[in-house]
Amino acid sequence: MGTYILKRISSIIPVFLLAALLTTGMIHLSPVDPAEAYLTAAHIQPTDEMLAQKRHEFGLDQPFFIQYVNSIIKICQLDFGISYISNKPVWDEVIYRIPATIQLALGSLFLAVVVSVPLGFLAGVKKGSAVDHFSRLLSFFGASIPSFWLGYLLIFFFSVKLDLFPVEGTGTWQHLVLPSITLALPLIAMYTRLLRASILENVQEPYVLFARTRGLKERTIMAKHVLRIAISPMITGLGMNLGKLLTGTIIVETVFSWPGFGRYFIEAIFNRDIPVIQCYVLIAASLFILSNLIVDLIQMYVDPRISRKEGQHR
Amino acid sequence: MMTSISKILKSQKVILMCSIILGTLFIISIFAPWIVPNDPIAVNLAYKLQSPSWDFPLGTDHLGRCNLSRIIYGSRISLGFAMLIFISSLLIGLIIGTFSGYKGGWIDHILMRFCDGVMAFPSLILILGLVGIFGPGLPQVILALMLVQWVYYARMFRGMVLSLKEQNFIAAAKISGSSQWKIIKNHIVPNVLPPLVIMGTLEMGWAIMDISAMSFLGLGVQPPASEWGAMIHEGKSYIRTNPELMLYPGLMIMVVVVTFNLLGEALSERFGIKRRF
Repeated sequence: MGTYILKRISSIIPVFLLAALLTTGMIHLSPVDPAEAYLTAAHIQPTDEMLAQKRHEFGLDQPFFIQYVNSIIKICQLDFGISYISNKPVWDEVIYRIPATIQLALGSLFLAVVVSVPLGFLAGVKKGSAVDHFSRLLSFFGASIPSFWLGYLLIFFFSVKLDLFPVEGTGTWQHLVLPSITLALPLIAMYTRLLRASILENVQEPYVLFARTRGLKERTIMAKHVLRIAISPMITGLGMNLGKLLTGTIIVETVFSWPGFGRYFIEAIFNRDIPVIQCYVLIAASLFILSNLIVDLIQMYVDPRISRKEGQHR
Repeated sequence: MMTSISKILKSQKVILMCSIILGTLFIISIFAPWIVPNDPIAVNLAYKLQSPSWDFPLGTDHLGRCNLSRIIYGSRISLGFAMLIFISSLLIGLIIGTFSGYKGGWIDHILMRFCDGVMAFPSLILILGLVGIFGPGLPQVILALMLVQWVYYARMFRGMVLSLKEQNFIAAAKISGSSQWKIIKNHIVPNVLPPLVIMGTLEMGWAIMDISAMSFLGLGVQPPASEWGAMIHEGKSYIRTNPELMLYPGLMIMVVVVTFNLLGEALSERFGIKRRF
């Protein structure tokens, strides 16, 4: 088990190095010169001399490999450079905005789990019932509605027509409701489907038959045995979707004027604020890698067979 | 509600209905210039925010442009570019995946590690990163979507080629002296293509949603061109007075995405193909 954890942790290093390579290489692929972008953002008329000086300051005159190593060292020190627009360290700006995004992500994750676990469970246990049909309809439409449009629909009905929730902004729990629903619906769609399929699969396992012959109540079998095992693919789904959740916040934050990291990133794209773009891509990638790792470790804890299976494969 | 949903999906009717809807939309978008009642980008402030009339069947937007014409023209961008992304990433994936799987060895190893690397990231982050670097604009978005998408096809083609390679008819072709190129062209490609086209149908919905999401964020289609996502973005300021401005284009996106998804699911249920991604 120890070696499995070590192996799993060491496997994220190459992915991280690749992410750093991509973000360092980005500048060179871009048609925009960072030095020029910086000076334009500062409203300074660029001269050749100033451009050369800025390039030297950014380390762009060094060989690519040196730049790459330097950027990795800087990333490890959480130094993502200085925003061209605000002239403050990017990391400070990010730290200031990230709590709002996390709040939104957690809110919708909570909602998604609270809705999809009972719904997926009931749909799986009572296959073909009204609940099952409802869950399939919900997961079909949840996956097909563009979230930016759903956001405006919710605003139109609940804020403009019924005046129940604020249109945009943050502060109270009411502000969190509509953005969370918007962000959660695609997740609900996916998790409900996952859990339903997993329950249907597990119900046919021999241990269910055994539990029945032992004379356990159907309710106990389903709630205590089947659900516990069937929920495992959902945990994987949760981890794999954290990246999607993060990108989803970009759109939802834009719709609801939520002052988070995602909106900051979109503004950075328009302002050509390259350090911020690099920082976002890197943080998003790291978060994605880390969440997958954590999910794997949780899975291993829940179901120790996994680490043994992996060991056999390699 | 008595018949199960999977039975409905398996029936011919769904496939037929979805094909009719999509076919009609494709024809409308191809012949858009002759169908639209008005010029989709002609600004006329005297007619702004009008309700439906004979001249403007769905009313006008905040610049006095005909909503119906804009929606019809928007279908050209959504359907056309989703098609382009699908076909081009399928082709790139087909070439690289088949090559990689057929050749094997270190070429295969390097190509597949590269694919793993790209797949390790959530695709939207990669797309946004690429658009962030190359700047907003439709060509950049299309390119980014293609660059992210081909990887999945390449992996799938490779897997299929690997299992096909061991089959007897390939060995027979080899023994009878067919060239490598001929084996790939005549024996391998025809076998791997059909299931991928079906899965591609599911991907079309995904591509349409992504294009419109990008345009909604202002990163894709630039004004005055009309695109559904961009129309929602423009209509959002009038949500209190004229909610239909954002209602129509959103409805269009949903109908098209639902139809593509339904068609894809129905086809894959019918032909017994499991979704792989």
